[in-house]
Amino acid sequence: MAVFRPAVGDRRRKFKSHLMMLVLMAAAVLGSLPFLFITWYVLQKGLGAVNWDFFTQIPKGPGETGGGVANAIIGSGVLIFLASLSGIPWGMGVGIYLSEYSTGRTARILRFAVDLLASVPSIVVGIFVYGLIVVPFGFSAYAGGIALMIIMIPVVARSTEEILRLIPAHIREAGLALGVPRWKVILRIIVPGSRAGILTGVMLAIARVAGETAPLLFTSFGNQFHARGLNQATASLPVQIYTFAKSGFEDWEQQAWAGALVLVLFVLFINLTTRLLMHQRGAKGHAG
Amino acid sequence: MPADNFEREKAIVNLQHEILNVDNLHAWFGDFHAVKGVSLAVQQGQVVALIGPSGCGKSTFIRCINRLHEEVPGARVQGRVTIGGQDIYGRGADPVRIRRYVGMVFQKPNPFPGLSIFENVAVGLKLGGISKRTVLDEQVERALRQAALWEEVKDKLRQPGTSLSGGQQQRLCIARALAVEPPVILMDEPTSALDPISTAKIEDLLHELKKSVTILIVTHNMQQASRVSDKTAFFLLGELIEYGETSQIFTNPARPKTEEYITGRFG
Amino acid sequence: MEEVSGGILDMIGKLMTKSSRREKRRDVHLGDRIFYYSLKASAWTLVFVLLLMFGLILQMAWPAFQHFGWRFLVTNEWNSVTSEFGALALIYGTVVSSLIALVLAVPMSIGVALFLNELAPRWLSTPLGFFVEMLAAIPSIVYGLWGLFVLAPFLRTYVQPPLVDHLGFLRLFEGPPLGVGMMAAGVILAIMIMPTITAICREVFRAIPQSNREAALGLGATRWEMLKLAVLRSSQAGMLGATILGLGRALGETMAVTMVIGNNPDIKVSLMASAQTMASILANQYAEADSPLHLSALTAVGLALFLVSLTINGIARFVVWRVNRKYVRGH
Repeated sequence: MAVFRPAVGDRRRKFKSHLMMLVLMAAAVLGSLPFLFITWYVLQKGLGAVNWDFFTQIPKGPGETGGGVANAIIGSGVLIFLASLSGIPWGMGVGIYLSEYSTGRTARILRFAVDLLASVPSIVVGIFVYGLIVVPFGFSAYAGGIALMIIMIPVVARSTEEILRLIPAHIREAGLALGVPRWKVILRIIVPGSRAGILTGVMLAIARVAGETAPLLFTSFGNQFHARGLNQATASLPVQIYTFAKSGFEDWEQQAWAGALVLVLFVLFINLTTRLLMHQRGAKGHAG
Repeated sequence: MPADNFEREKAIVNLQHEILNVDNLHAWFGDFHAVKGVSLAVQQGQVVALIGPSGCGKSTFIRCINRLHEEVPGARVQGRVTIGGQDIYGRGADPVRIRRYVGMVFQKPNPFPGLSIFENVAVGLKLGGISKRTVLDEQVERALRQAALWEEVKDKLRQPGTSLSGGQQQRLCIARALAVEPPVILMDEPTSALDPISTAKIEDLLHELKKSVTILIVTHNMQQASRVSDKTAFFLLGELIEYGETSQIFTNPARPKTEEYITGRFG
Repeated sequence: MEEVSGGILDMIGKLMTKSSRREKRRDVHLGDRIFYYSLKASAWTLVFVLLLMFGLILQMAWPAFQHFGWRFLVTNEWNSVTSEFGALALIYGTVVSSLIALVLAVPMSIGVALFLNELAPRWLSTPLGFFVEMLAAIPSIVYGLWGLFVLAPFLRTYVQPPLVDHLGFLRLFEGPPLGVGMMAAGVILAIMIMPTITAICREVFRAIPQSNREAALGLGATRWEMLKLAVLRSSQAGMLGATILGLGRALGETMAVTMVIGNNPDIKVSLMASAQTMASILANQYAEADSPLHLSALTAVGLALFLVSLTINGIARFVVWRVNRKYVRGH
């Protein structure tokens, strides 16, 4: 026993260790609180204002009660659709190029460019599209869609690349060994084989741009009514929330919370389903 | 000279049935000289086993025969390979078309992920331009029967190929290769990742297959080579040391190195 | 005869090698080539977009640079009536709010990452990890809304008055407790960048071989000493990369900051005062710019933001790349 007698200072070291464990645990608990607080407040304040009118009516005049954000929801849908239309195939193309063809220095340059594009603050993308589209053609759904597309491309590209990289080289060789041209091996065998993963990346990119506000402020701008065409200023849910939130009218603030609720539920829904999807696939992979 | 004539006749006959001829083939990975001047001819309907210690270039050798070697960055080939008299490294030779004639089964079972059992077998035909449902059904069934897998999977053709066991997956890969009806099939240690029962099944399969297909099989397992093959080629450090009838190689090898390897003194 | 044919074949072989000695595989099929070149075009167009973005924004910002020169960066008068524009206050607001965010978020994130990776059992680390990761999914506008209506009143009522009472002499905490202002912006940014920093730290910690930890424990280290020795010390570069990436996110963050910072382009030492950042002034004024010069000045701010975020992310990538290379070598 005497041999194992604790040395001098051991008790202090142990105490310090225990204390730090508590500190770390406190950090983890504290770190998970914001999410709970935010979702709680959004639920609590938003649920009260969600009703049929909210989804079917357009905003009433300032200070009046009632009305809804139908125009903004439709507008957001249109903007996301426009962005996806070109952003998804383009992003996938870049991702496929990076994983299937690109090696060495050019690959590093391209990957760097994709990363940089992903890190450009979204408000700067807004300025770019303002100069490119809005200055000559005016505020429009097209402009907003292009801004969101630019944000979407690098996200889709990187996720596509990462997913395709998981497929081992001998699978591609098996395709080539069947006498199938490379482009068909990629497009008809490799890509369909990873459709779940690629779809996940695409869904997350959609979730990401669905909540974007800054790049829309001066591209699709906003509209208190239904837009009459794609070349018109168009309302979107995030911009509508912003407008309502800083209006100072209580009813509009209520509706801002309701809008936030819709947005949060949409984003969480996508995140949860994609997680579940990946989790299931992971489990199956282990069993197989 | 009748004897001479006879020899010549025999040579011509052999030439007619010669499906694959490799002449002075060299292959590199970057600076590494993996295959050094290998020449060998294979007659139609034979099973040729390629044996030798790991890293001796036998896998690289067969990957040169369907031009898959060049898929590796920095890889290089030199020499002449003819299949059915056609030079596959000749000017204008199309690797995609060549690969339709030369099927391949890999070391690890590698069914296409995300594709069903049916799709795995049908995909070569489909992407080759055959879209008629009845033809596809027919060919898939034929290939699966040939690979001795039909009875086990006929009720679950829609399930993913990766849901099968390892041995079944490998037979699925064989069926996938057979579906496009290539006259030659290359097998790169097709049973090294499998259990003994699955291995025996695939060896049985080879006996059936050689009626219609010429097979080159790389193997580490000398018993396997002696069981399945008509001819055996022994590789060492990228060179072809000896090539001859399997019975002769295993009972009475001409070169001392071959004997040493076969009796297990190295490798 | 054989000798000769062998020689000829050898020569043919050598000739063929020359044509087949290609580093890049070249596909002969037309479909393959069309596919390849269209993918290549789509990838390089992205580089072009990046360059065009820079060029166009530079062109739009040029009048402001011409008009103000270096004064633009070192004066803090931002007045659209007198057409005097200097971005110093915006730069100050951006830097200070991001620094507050880092001061709060970095230790926090490292603690969370350590706890989740090294200490927590699975049943605990899975939900806690999920809560932290999901913070990254919440749209910035929702943070703004929450910050404006929940966080700012909370700070005004419960946090700022005691700070004024007890630490008011520090000048950092002088003035009326407004709620909205630099402090609120820093706190909301901290929450927003926490998931980024935590995720990278967790990845870095995960890359450390288990044997390092066991070796430390084997030497008789306590749990905390083990974490310090085996985990924290060997992931300094990774944590630095995470911090820089977090900074990058904080600098460019727009909506949430706009809604809680008070939007007053002024340099005040007090963290309670309202301020303005480069990103937030763009959200605030861009659509309603009064004059071409105003618009150009705002675009110049955008250009600065663009360049800063490119630089920051370039540095972060470099740091992370070096970390990766170290691990690749180590294995």
